[in-house]
Amino acid sequence: MKKIINNPNEVVQDMVQGLVAAYPSKLKVIPETLVIARKDAPVEGKVGLVSGGGSGHEPAHAGYIGKGMLDCAVAGEVFTSPTPDQVFEGIKAADGGKGVFLVIKNYTGDVLNFEMAAELAEAEGIQVEKVIVNDDVAVEDSSFTTGRRGIAGTVLVHKIAGAMAESGASLQEVKRVADKVVANVRSMGMALTSGTVPAAGKPSFQLEDNEMEIGIGIHGEPGIERKHIASADEIATELVERIFTDIDIPKGQEVVVMINGLGATPEMELFILNKKVQNLLKDKGIEVFQTFVGEYMTSLEMAGCSVTLLKVDDELKSLLQAPSEAPAFRN
Amino acid sequence: MQLNVTNTVQWMQKANEKMQTNKDYLTTLDQPIGDGDHGINMARGFQEVASKLEETTYTNVSEVFKDVAMTLMSKVGGASGPLFGTAFLKLSMKLKGEELVDQTSFGAALNEAVNGLKQRGKAEEGEKTMVDMWASIAHYFTDNEHSTPAGLMESADAALEKIKAMTATKGRAAYFKEKTIGHQDPGSASTYFIFEALAEVWKGDSKA
Repeated sequence: MKKIINNPNEVVQDMVQGLVAAYPSKLKVIPETLVIARKDAPVEGKVGLVSGGGSGHEPAHAGYIGKGMLDCAVAGEVFTSPTPDQVFEGIKAADGGKGVFLVIKNYTGDVLNFEMAAELAEAEGIQVEKVIVNDDVAVEDSSFTTGRRGIAGTVLVHKIAGAMAESGASLQEVKRVADKVVANVRSMGMALTSGTVPAAGKPSFQLEDNEMEIGIGIHGEPGIERKHIASADEIATELVERIFTDIDIPKGQEVVVMINGLGATPEMELFILNKKVQNLLKDKGIEVFQTFVGEYMTSLEMAGCSVTLLKVDDELKSLLQAPSEAPAFRN
Repeated sequence: MQLNVTNTVQWMQKANEKMQTNKDYLTTLDQPIGDGDHGINMARGFQEVASKLEETTYTNVSEVFKDVAMTLMSKVGGASGPLFGTAFLKLSMKLKGEELVDQTSFGAALNEAVNGLKQRGKAEEGEKTMVDMWASIAHYFTDNEHSTPAGLMESADAALEKIKAMTATKGRAAYFKEKTIGHQDPGSASTYFIFEALAEVWKGDSKA
């Protein structure tokens, strides 16, 4: 293992401190926790937005904290859900009196820990609602989850629900648009190499030099198929077609495209992939409203990518274009 | 049976001893179907429970269970933390205000724990999860007029055998389906140790 770290067991604490030090006017850490919050949280009279999960997916989730997106992000150990007491601290830090909305990726640990935290918060009189994001079309059940997994589409949920909350909307309204995003967003990923969890010290899985894996999860969970590596155009085609098999996107529909790098794939390769994705969509008569290319939801230093498509209507478009001051998502 | 602050604390201390002794065994059970850390996590969580109970003074059983719940929840981690946390939190809530806990109250509280686990884990009985072990313990206390330590162990042993023969359809193990037949469920095994600890404390305590 070759990494720029100190003690492998303290990577999350070290990262959180360094992250907050990078944006001292925007972010703060809640003392004695791994909860990162907007500097001005809780914002009076605004629905608080809380997300989080295991670390190792940077810039998710703390990079999406800021006016127009999240109020708090709760950082667990690498690829491990944060515990309910930590999430509860996040809920309290985000609660401006109008209720708190939780964005949870569909992994068994995250769902259990966040739901228990919600119950603790409700016992203290804080109103809590949630959405469970399950955009990954690769597998229905996996070793990490019941149902589909939540991946890069989560970032678009943060953006749109965050904009809705910022507009002064009620908890129910925030939930409504978050549900709408989840109903209309789909993703599909692939990997070339594995990441290495610092505390484990070894790559999570092995792929041969000439192999790729389609449908792999952001913790290295098994995908659909391992096969000989293909060209960028072939990879783009396979990922896009898998999404189209899962969701009906009619001709003339407007979509948002997110080409997400998993940690070790250069932007050059992401743009090469994007070229083909855009052509495929054009051939299908789909209108692209906006495209995001970059690292949004990574898996340590995994090489690979995911493609996300979100069907948008006028409401989602205007929320997507609303301002965001989050370090990892400027609009 | 009767639970008071003293023997409830003793029960939890004994449960901690069992988790330390069986740490490797529980981890071995978890390795083929999970991420192989159940024993380590439970041992760490119960060690923290033991320390917490030692440094705190309690006036009723409900408070003891509340601290057990909160400690397990924050120190065990993974999926087991919130699940065991939920079970003990439900015991605490149901027993609120009771000075001495008799068999009837304890049985009712265990039923609440089972319901809490089902809700939290979205599981039912018969799916090879710790719900099956908690449910069989709850049944033992609600269905028998005069519970005894030996009777509790007999019932727990029988449940363990039954669970071993089941096919997992919930939780991470469900991914391995038929391969789980004959493999013991780690969460049921650690639950068994918790109630084995109760039986031992109860047996050594004539008032309990």
